[in-house]
Amino acid sequence: MTGKVSLDLGNGGKAMRDFIAGRIMPAFKNPLLSPLLDACHLPEGIAFTTDSFVVDPPVFPGGDIGTLAVNGTVNDLVVSGAKPLYLSLGLILEEGLEWSLLDRILKSIRRAAAKAGVRVVTGDTKVVRRGQGDKIFINTSGIGRIVAAPDPARIRPGDAVIVTGPVGDHSLAILTARGDYGFQSSIKSDCAPLNALLPFWRSGVRWMRDVTRGGLATVLTELAEEIPYPILLEEVEVPVSAPVRGASDILGIDPLFLACEGRAVLIAPAAKAGAILKRLRALPVGRKARLAGRIQTEIGRPGELILRTSAGGLRLLEPLTSELLPRIC
Amino acid sequence: MLRPDPYRDKKTIGALLRGVGERRTPCRLMEVCGTHTMTIHRFGLKKMLQDVGVGLVAGPGCPVCITPNDIHEAAIRLVTERENLILAAFGDMTRVPTKIGSLQKSAAAPGSRIQIVYSPADSLLLARRHPDKEVVFFGAGFETTIPGIALTAAQAVEEKLGNYSVLSAFWVIPPPLRAILESGRSRIDGFLYPGHVSAIIGPRAYDFVAKEFRRPGAIAGFEPADILLAVLSILDQIAEGRPRVANEYARVVSPDGNPKARAVLERILEPKDAVWRGLGRIPKSGLAFRPAFAAVDAEKKFGLTLGRETAELPGCRCGDVLKGLIEPPQCRLYGQACTPEQPHGPCMVSPEGACLAFHKYGTPS
Repeated sequence: MTGKVSLDLGNGGKAMRDFIAGRIMPAFKNPLLSPLLDACHLPEGIAFTTDSFVVDPPVFPGGDIGTLAVNGTVNDLVVSGAKPLYLSLGLILEEGLEWSLLDRILKSIRRAAAKAGVRVVTGDTKVVRRGQGDKIFINTSGIGRIVAAPDPARIRPGDAVIVTGPVGDHSLAILTARGDYGFQSSIKSDCAPLNALLPFWRSGVRWMRDVTRGGLATVLTELAEEIPYPILLEEVEVPVSAPVRGASDILGIDPLFLACEGRAVLIAPAAKAGAILKRLRALPVGRKARLAGRIQTEIGRPGELILRTSAGGLRLLEPLTSELLPRIC
Repeated sequence: MLRPDPYRDKKTIGALLRGVGERRTPCRLMEVCGTHTMTIHRFGLKKMLQDVGVGLVAGPGCPVCITPNDIHEAAIRLVTERENLILAAFGDMTRVPTKIGSLQKSAAAPGSRIQIVYSPADSLLLARRHPDKEVVFFGAGFETTIPGIALTAAQAVEEKLGNYSVLSAFWVIPPPLRAILESGRSRIDGFLYPGHVSAIIGPRAYDFVAKEFRRPGAIAGFEPADILLAVLSILDQIAEGRPRVANEYARVVSPDGNPKARAVLERILEPKDAVWRGLGRIPKSGLAFRPAFAAVDAEKKFGLTLGRETAELPGCRCGDVLKGLIEPPQCRLYGQACTPEQPHGPCMVSPEGACLAFHKYGTPS
């Protein structure tokens, strides 16, 4: 990496992983950090995570930076096997921010926290000169109680890959809200807390991740690198809404690489997949859940994430490389 | 889940593939268009076709890729050496590496900047909005995109916008096909002709391929079923020994192409000999502004000398990829020193570039 920080660094894909491996890990390596989970499992059954939010625009169809700041941190705890309890709230405000916007965002934070069952228990506010920030940036840290230990080592061939709902809505809601491409759509962000997934840790789910930056493909390529089996994803089974499909086709982007803020991917034993799907579909956050792939051994090599395309061909999915849309969360 | 789409669903594609297999005609076809390359890799068609004996090789159909380094370097020099100049370009064009770096990584001169635009019309807006700055649109394209750029330039002339010009990299498709066939260095048994270019120039533009070179071909759309229908047509032409230009994209391409768009090209531009990356100088393969439009011709306005043959960056084999001589993984740099994050050549930059298509949509082992 030469010269200066580029936007690619923040996309959740390869550049970010290289940055963490090359600069963060050598400096801070310790046994608690090294697993690089969405939330760290501390002694005494405590889970701890942090996340920063810089979304542009701060208000978008389906939510705002406040709902994101709560749900993003809550979801990192849930998929790490922890019940979310407490949040910190760090606000970085640009001089000149309208009070009406700030009040709206604080109200969203209050509502989202109530919905996710967490309390904001500490905080901090800084103001930077006009032009030295962009309206509002938020950092939240979250503490939760560990209820399960996600373990990729328990994943076996035949296990089901379950996607809890249509992917890509959040990215496209942000993109159309910016108006850069000169078209409008009815797409709303899927931003939501995933607390309802917590009980599934007791139903045999072996591993969970929320599908954020880099999209489903990036999340699953990372899993594929951790386990000794390839993963096969069925393109026709991945839930994608018709507006997202259409907009993606026009823009030439692949929904598999688009971010969500209220979706997760679960790995569950084949024998339990049917029951899990049925229960998921009874929940508001899982109404459109699908069994979209399998851990398998017949095709490909360990480490590979393979897509069976709608046409029946096979190809590899790689982690996201270049920045599709900066500042989506 | 996808709703079954007849152009890309497994059942239709399976039936078409069986048709290809039953014809038992091993051959090597060139898909001329970069968007075809993308469809072929994105849906896994390359391997599926290979398994039934049909090899596909990418051609010179990516405008970002075939634009040689001297034009990319001229764009970089404009924005780094001249003050108060806005260089507007499509995103891919800013990432092409040259011996003096890429546009994206260049430091613009005081008051100057690089602006990514999504349409040539946006560059004209910039010129109207910033009368105190020179606005240069770096426009690269084939017959599909050139009419839009040419009309934008003509609009600037009409408005007497003195601060607007186009650095043109305008390419036409039929001449390089002739160059590839005449060189005889790459075995090609038939061509998948580009869909959108053909919608402008019409099927007859390729008649020489069938008549002079006895090679079959078919115009193809951009869905998996379109590609396979075109392949089937080519296989039938081979079996019958009667090469022609079939139109398998008739829902878009009419027998006459688009005479209105061609009239626009004719009015504003004239053919010129041009240097293509990898293919070298090809007679009448480029388009230049006619003298009446000299005011918006950045080459004339800034006294640029373009059209020299320029060398590739050391080790880069984009030229051989564009001629269909090698496939991307045969390049020593591919996937090692040349990746989508750190591209060493343009074919790893553009979404229509063969190297990026190979890299992005790899084949499982």
